[in-house]
Amino acid sequence: MNSLNFNSIIRFVLLILVQALLFNHINFMGYINPYPYLLFILLFPINNNRTLFIFMSFMLGWFVDLFSDSGGVHAAGCVTIAFIRPAVLKFAFGMIYEHQTIKFNNTEFGNRLIYFSILVFIHHFIMFTLEIFNISNIILILQKTLFSSIFTILLCVLISVLFSNKQR
Amino acid sequence: MQQIINFVIRNKTFLLFLLLFILSLALTIQSHSYHKSKFINSANFLTGGIYESANSITDYFGLREQNKILIEENSRLRSKVLNSTDSTTTANSNVDSISYHGTYKILTAKIINNNYSSSKNYLTINKGEKHGLKEDLGVMTSKGIVGIIDNTSNGYARVLSILNTKSRINAQLKLSNHIGSLVWDGKTSANTVQLIDISKFAPVREGDTIVTGGQSTIFPQGIPIGTIENFILDISGDTYTVNIKLFNDMTNLKHVYIIENLDAEEIKQLENPVDEQS
Repeated sequence: MNSLNFNSIIRFVLLILVQALLFNHINFMGYINPYPYLLFILLFPINNNRTLFIFMSFMLGWFVDLFSDSGGVHAAGCVTIAFIRPAVLKFAFGMIYEHQTIKFNNTEFGNRLIYFSILVFIHHFIMFTLEIFNISNIILILQKTLFSSIFTILLCVLISVLFSNKQR
Repeated sequence: MQQIINFVIRNKTFLLFLLLFILSLALTIQSHSYHKSKFINSANFLTGGIYESANSITDYFGLREQNKILIEENSRLRSKVLNSTDSTTTANSNVDSISYHGTYKILTAKIINNNYSSSKNYLTINKGEKHGLKEDLGVMTSKGIVGIIDNTSNGYARVLSILNTKSRINAQLKLSNHIGSLVWDGKTSANTVQLIDISKFAPVREGDTIVTGGQSTIFPQGIPIGTIENFILDISGDTYTVNIKLFNDMTNLKHVYIIENLDAEEIKQLENPVDEQS
């Protein structure tokens, strides 16, 4: 349990730094940036303290906000997906989640993709809505959400496959 | 009372979520209003330090290009100096030259963080209050304007980029003195900005140069901004909205100049009492 927390803290710091120094400056096609720091929320151990989890998610988003000068838009998105994560887990994984025996490394790829996609899409939508803050630019919001989401999901899947330590 | 406590304990996750969500909304809204976002910005000790140390590594990759920009500017300035000593009638011949008659102080700084992909972009530079920077100083490169300093810490400062929907800078046509406001709608790409409120009587032509106007105390008159790409008459029919192609490549900035108008204080003092009477 202790090593797991230690792991989480390392992941927290590392993901923020990588996001701030590398992924915030990709600017593919001028405006598409991935936000793979969400992996911290996506892969947070499940049977853990939920209050702590929501608070950690807020801190994660807030630190990314600090680096990218965006007020609180990342924090809002992160808190929301942290709060709705159990419901999405239930939807994506069904029975395994009910029995609290979920291990992300051992789940099926399709289920994991659905789970990633839903949370990333919700996060990006909230984030870009708050960032642009103008409902008449809804097309721009949706466009940014869609393209950035695809990029983020792709990177999240890649990173989680690369760094998964399968112990069979 | 018991019931209230029970309710709080039962819904503590939801209440925490609500609290943090409202907090982040408050932070967002606060950052949207100008001059209020005091401590949530990248110009603080922690983020500024991290950006600076990362920058000390990546600096070397752009050296060749920066040297080229520097030598170009030097040659331009050199030719200006040589030509002005040769002829005798240069005192008021070139209107667009940036004239520093002792009222402007120039500092240099390095950009350590540059954003241009969101609708509210900021830059972070590696000079701060201890180097004499303060809010509302103009930032430019050798090619054109970049933005205005909107937040400073001890060692770093944040620049409100012209690619920010909050930015609004006084600008004019180089040919005539028709003034307008330089804004950015957040939709066009990172090398196009808009000039609004140009009178319909102004001689607007594609390819004309836009420079800063002399109406603000931040930028001196005549600093280049860009050229006119296209323009349309507004729905009201009184003013033009002009798309401007910037001289600066906002995606590739390194060394900048910071302009301090030493008379700004005096001009503001002079203008304020007039406002109150009228």
